[in-house]
Amino acid sequence: MSRKVKAIVLTGNGTNCEMEMAHACKLAGADVIDIVHLSELLYGEKRLADYSFLNLPGGFLDGDDLGSAKAGANRFLHARIAGHQEILFADLIDFIAAGKLILGVCNGFQLMVKLGLLPGLESNYTAQSTTLTFNDSGRFEDRWVYLKANAQSPCVFTKGLDVVYYPVRHGEGKFVPASATVLKQIARKNLFAFQYCDADGLPAMQYPANPNGSINAIAGICNETGRLFGLMPHPEAYLHRTNHPRWTRECLSEEGQGIAIFRNAVNFIRSKEF
Amino acid sequence: MADRIEVGFKKGIRDALGEKIKRRISDNFSLPVEKVSTVEVYTIEGGLTKAQLKEAAAGPLSDPVIQNYTVNKPLSIDFDWLIEVGFRPGVTDNVGKTAREAIELLLRESSGARKISVYTSRQYLLRGKISRTDTAMIASGLLANDLIERHQIFGPAEFNFTSGLPAYVPHVLGEDKPAVEEINLAGFNDDQLLKISQDKLLALNLEEMKAMQKYFQQKSIVAARGKIGLSENITDVELECLAQTWSEHCKHKIFNSQITYTTSGAKLTIDSLFKTYIKGSTAQIRKAKGKKDFCLSVFVDNAGIIKFNDNYNLVFKVETHNSPSALDPYGGALTGIVGVNRDPFGTGIGAKLIFNTDVFCFASPFYQKKLPPRILHPRRIYEGVREGVEHGGNKSGIPTVNGSIVFDDRYLGKPLVYCGTAGFMPARLNGKATHTKEIMPGDAIIMTGGRIGKDGIHGATFSSEELHEGSPVTAVQIGDPITQKKMTDFLLVARNRGLYRAITDNGAGGLSSSVGEMATYCGGCRIDLALAPLKYPGLQPWEILVSEAQERMTLAVDPKKVKQFIALAKKMDVEATVLGKFTDSGKFHVLYCKKTVAFLDMEFLHDGVPQLKLAARWQPPKNKEPNFPEPVNWGKALKQMLARLNICSKESVVRQYDHEVQAGSVIKPLVGVANDGPSDAAVIRPILDSMEGVVVAHGICPRYSDIDTYHMTACAIDEAVRNAVAVGADLDCLAGLDNFCWCDPVKSAKTPDGEYKLAQLVRSNMAIFDYTTAYGVPCISGKDSMKNDYSIGKTKISIPPSLLYSVIGKIQDVRKAVTMDAKRPQDLVYVLGETKDELGGSEWFALHDAVGNNVPKVDAECARKMYRALHKAIGAGLVASCHDCSDGGLVVALMETAFAGGLGMNVDLKYVPYQGKKRNDYILFSETASRFVVTIHPSAKAKFDKIMAGNAISEIGFVAGNELFQITGLNGRLIIKEKISKLKEAWQKPLNF
Repeated sequence: MSRKVKAIVLTGNGTNCEMEMAHACKLAGADVIDIVHLSELLYGEKRLADYSFLNLPGGFLDGDDLGSAKAGANRFLHARIAGHQEILFADLIDFIAAGKLILGVCNGFQLMVKLGLLPGLESNYTAQSTTLTFNDSGRFEDRWVYLKANAQSPCVFTKGLDVVYYPVRHGEGKFVPASATVLKQIARKNLFAFQYCDADGLPAMQYPANPNGSINAIAGICNETGRLFGLMPHPEAYLHRTNHPRWTRECLSEEGQGIAIFRNAVNFIRSKEF
Repeated sequence: MADRIEVGFKKGIRDALGEKIKRRISDNFSLPVEKVSTVEVYTIEGGLTKAQLKEAAAGPLSDPVIQNYTVNKPLSIDFDWLIEVGFRPGVTDNVGKTAREAIELLLRESSGARKISVYTSRQYLLRGKISRTDTAMIASGLLANDLIERHQIFGPAEFNFTSGLPAYVPHVLGEDKPAVEEINLAGFNDDQLLKISQDKLLALNLEEMKAMQKYFQQKSIVAARGKIGLSENITDVELECLAQTWSEHCKHKIFNSQITYTTSGAKLTIDSLFKTYIKGSTAQIRKAKGKKDFCLSVFVDNAGIIKFNDNYNLVFKVETHNSPSALDPYGGALTGIVGVNRDPFGTGIGAKLIFNTDVFCFASPFYQKKLPPRILHPRRIYEGVREGVEHGGNKSGIPTVNGSIVFDDRYLGKPLVYCGTAGFMPARLNGKATHTKEIMPGDAIIMTGGRIGKDGIHGATFSSEELHEGSPVTAVQIGDPITQKKMTDFLLVARNRGLYRAITDNGAGGLSSSVGEMATYCGGCRIDLALAPLKYPGLQPWEILVSEAQERMTLAVDPKKVKQFIALAKKMDVEATVLGKFTDSGKFHVLYCKKTVAFLDMEFLHDGVPQLKLAARWQPPKNKEPNFPEPVNWGKALKQMLARLNICSKESVVRQYDHEVQAGSVIKPLVGVANDGPSDAAVIRPILDSMEGVVVAHGICPRYSDIDTYHMTACAIDEAVRNAVAVGADLDCLAGLDNFCWCDPVKSAKTPDGEYKLAQLVRSNMAIFDYTTAYGVPCISGKDSMKNDYSIGKTKISIPPSLLYSVIGKIQDVRKAVTMDAKRPQDLVYVLGETKDELGGSEWFALHDAVGNNVPKVDAECARKMYRALHKAIGAGLVASCHDCSDGGLVVALMETAFAGGLGMNVDLKYVPYQGKKRNDYILFSETASRFVVTIHPSAKAKFDKIMAGNAISEIGFVAGNELFQITGLNGRLIIKEKISKLKEAWQKPLNF
């Protein structure tokens, strides 16, 4: 009997992709999928510890009013769980320490980066070392992009993937490291799991293939264990052939390419490695 | 005492906003600005210590990787001009609110009980050789809207480089001195009555003022008022409440008026356009559909409801927010979209929101003439409205799937901002049908969501007038999508748990409308305004009642469930307050601190407004027929047409809207080989594990109003329907929604041509009846906005009568849907529908500064037959691409089909079914309705021809593997040979900013 995969999709305060993220978990075969409002965690009605796969969906936490996910990150760091002295962030650190998986998409990725969970160099999950900032174009854009998976990456979510096609939908997705040293570490440890690329899979620095001007075309990064992963593009937006912008003119498989990310997560939790 | 935190980018980090502003300065003013940098400023009240300020600055307010901050000193000192822009007192400051919440959370232990307030502003630091006058022009012409924002300009000489700008707090200086004014209307003569209406911005006419006067003199009324401590005087609360409820905006007085309609030969009396043509057509269609009728709730609720399948219902509403968008394009449009969101959300038991649509009508963004007073440049309106809808839609997590932008310089005085939202609800919930409303006497009245401020006071009456000198600033609100998102998240949980009985939104008229309308379900209400949570002190009772502050819903809650409801709200960080209870007293009873301030009969409030009696006179206009030869340079003509604002690509706007959140998008707004072809309609899957879909499309043709609004309306309905059919919709499963935006059609000194304009309205309604019944597409809801004029000094600008017709429907299997892009070389190109010499009001004539008279006329009989056949062909998988012919006619549809597919095309005009004067340009550019360009695989030809037999269709050419678009003219010679890349470039360029 394989291990049960219990997925939690965290919502509230401005997230908006929770439904499709939960659906992606379902299609990927997770056994339990709960869409949980942040208040349920803060009121102690639901506990992170009961799950093995945390999904942080896209959206606009607090409107991204102070910069993407900034106020959201502040809440994780300072909101206390009712009846405990613990802050929510402490539960998150325990979750990571237990080797469980976290996937942040778009605003969820921005949240992970601003909390310091990603890239979490040297397992330091409390210091922000990279950021996601305003697109070079100065505008929000909804656009499909090609992504090249880094075969050398420890990322458990991108295992076996090569070139995939997902939409980006953001105004603040430009990946910027704090320093050249940070960038070097990300490169050396192959933490860049996804790069924006052209249709042939070559990393792209030119707009619009690189839609936001991300340094080194980085679209998604993981931590050193590969169990925490965040990306700007939306895999949960491509779950069925009809999501593809050219499905009426191309031969595509029925299953959307986004499911692979979630299936990798589910399979990893079921595996011995977990 | 307040402190300032300034946050800016570190050296070497790109300031994308600054660069964007620099581009706009260069585009709009051609000024030599070398660099623009931006700094965010947080002015914080609450006496925070230096350490606390630093903690806030380093924590939630800045990003350590890319930003620097300072506390009480200037951050950036390298500028030739510094402009700081902040809000005026009382204007919604969403970022300030978020910053306050973040700081409160951050300092919870250490800040104690002190009250923190945060106000935001932004600095623009300009480098370049420009004068103070130039800088002032940039400030008020681009960066600040002086109506809602204040700005300051500094040169280096005037700037204190040690301490920077002093902290300024935009307090609302209000004191709580609630007072209720009373007026005895009894002795007033006509002039005095009208003066009250004008002075108080009530927008009521004499008849209506007299009806009030009479009501307050009735003996029984006086006696009843005496018992609860009120005199025969009308209170200001009552006066304002009646003005809101009786406003054109809320009561649709013109649509419900009695109209004498005269044409050259005949006279007709119409008792209510709405009842006769709109409700009337829907009733007839429903009857004809019999068992196949899918309407569940029409015209009675905030939005229309139709059946999706046995388990789910679809809800749809389109609104306009024109007047506020004229004054504050960003805030007005943002409020427009989040406002219409609350309509389906507050319909029946409440619906989850699944998509937005938007249609804008603007003057040319390249407008170069002098602007009349109080009018913002159309480019600014364009950018502001676009951004407002972007923030409203994207931040709410609702995909914007369909829309368009129409240009005509008569929208200079008032832009039109149509925003639509659809909802999806289970057909039954907790054992009850969800599409109806029920309220019991004794149910608690609860308001939830945002707080009440002076924002949006007189919005309903304001939008019932033309834009004039005294148009109130407070009529503008700025929406807050996140407060609304939190509220809707909470209310959907409450709905599913059965915690409330009924729901409605607070829009125009505020509590006065929401509570007033809900009270009709049980027969009365009693509320105490002093219980309502306010944004700041100093509101008078009447202001609390009619404020249109955003993000609020009103609910009827079973008294047994109030505790649970409030507890859930608190947990989910949403405010909810009991304001009173619903009754069966027959009275709209309002108190302030337990003292009665309004006591009106429900019947008088809702049905007391006298019916208007208006005259309409139809005299068809005679426009000059143009006289110009066929073009010699066809390439130039095509590119000129593709670059017309009404034809060119709107991709730059579409891309900035999230059109696929919720992951159900099937036909996106942009399709084709390079994801940039213009879709005719949108298709989405609201249930992710089902292949059933929703189709949405629209039609709008205001240019034809210059000839005849009857045909304008017929064409708009046909366009909406054929757009939907083009992607695979079934004509028999479509419902419609009418949105009228008119110029004032009531004859007066200001509007001497009112009788003609009213006749235009009558004719439009007649077409609604004739064509919706012919197509069997019932209107399920709608709205009218009747005063889209600008009138200051001697300048009067009236919009062309504009009807937006939107359709929504069910698609059985989304996998059958088709897109408009050509798919493969050698596919056959067909035109469906006969082309006629109908260039009146066309883009081709407009290019030649002409209108003409031969407006396209819709032959509904032929169209209906063809739409059914086409649906069958699409369902059988025979159609590779399908594109509707609209603005610019056949050739624009052909070119778009070709370049969206990245393929060439060869077409011979002699095969195009055509009736009229034999001219190549007429065939190519005529805008005859009910036509499509279709491509099919050659192997599908026999089957396709068979299914389409009996319709005017013709194979006119083929898709080519080369990149050439070639057309053979009537004389048998090749008249057009253009590279598709060049055509596409001409089409993409104009609005690519």
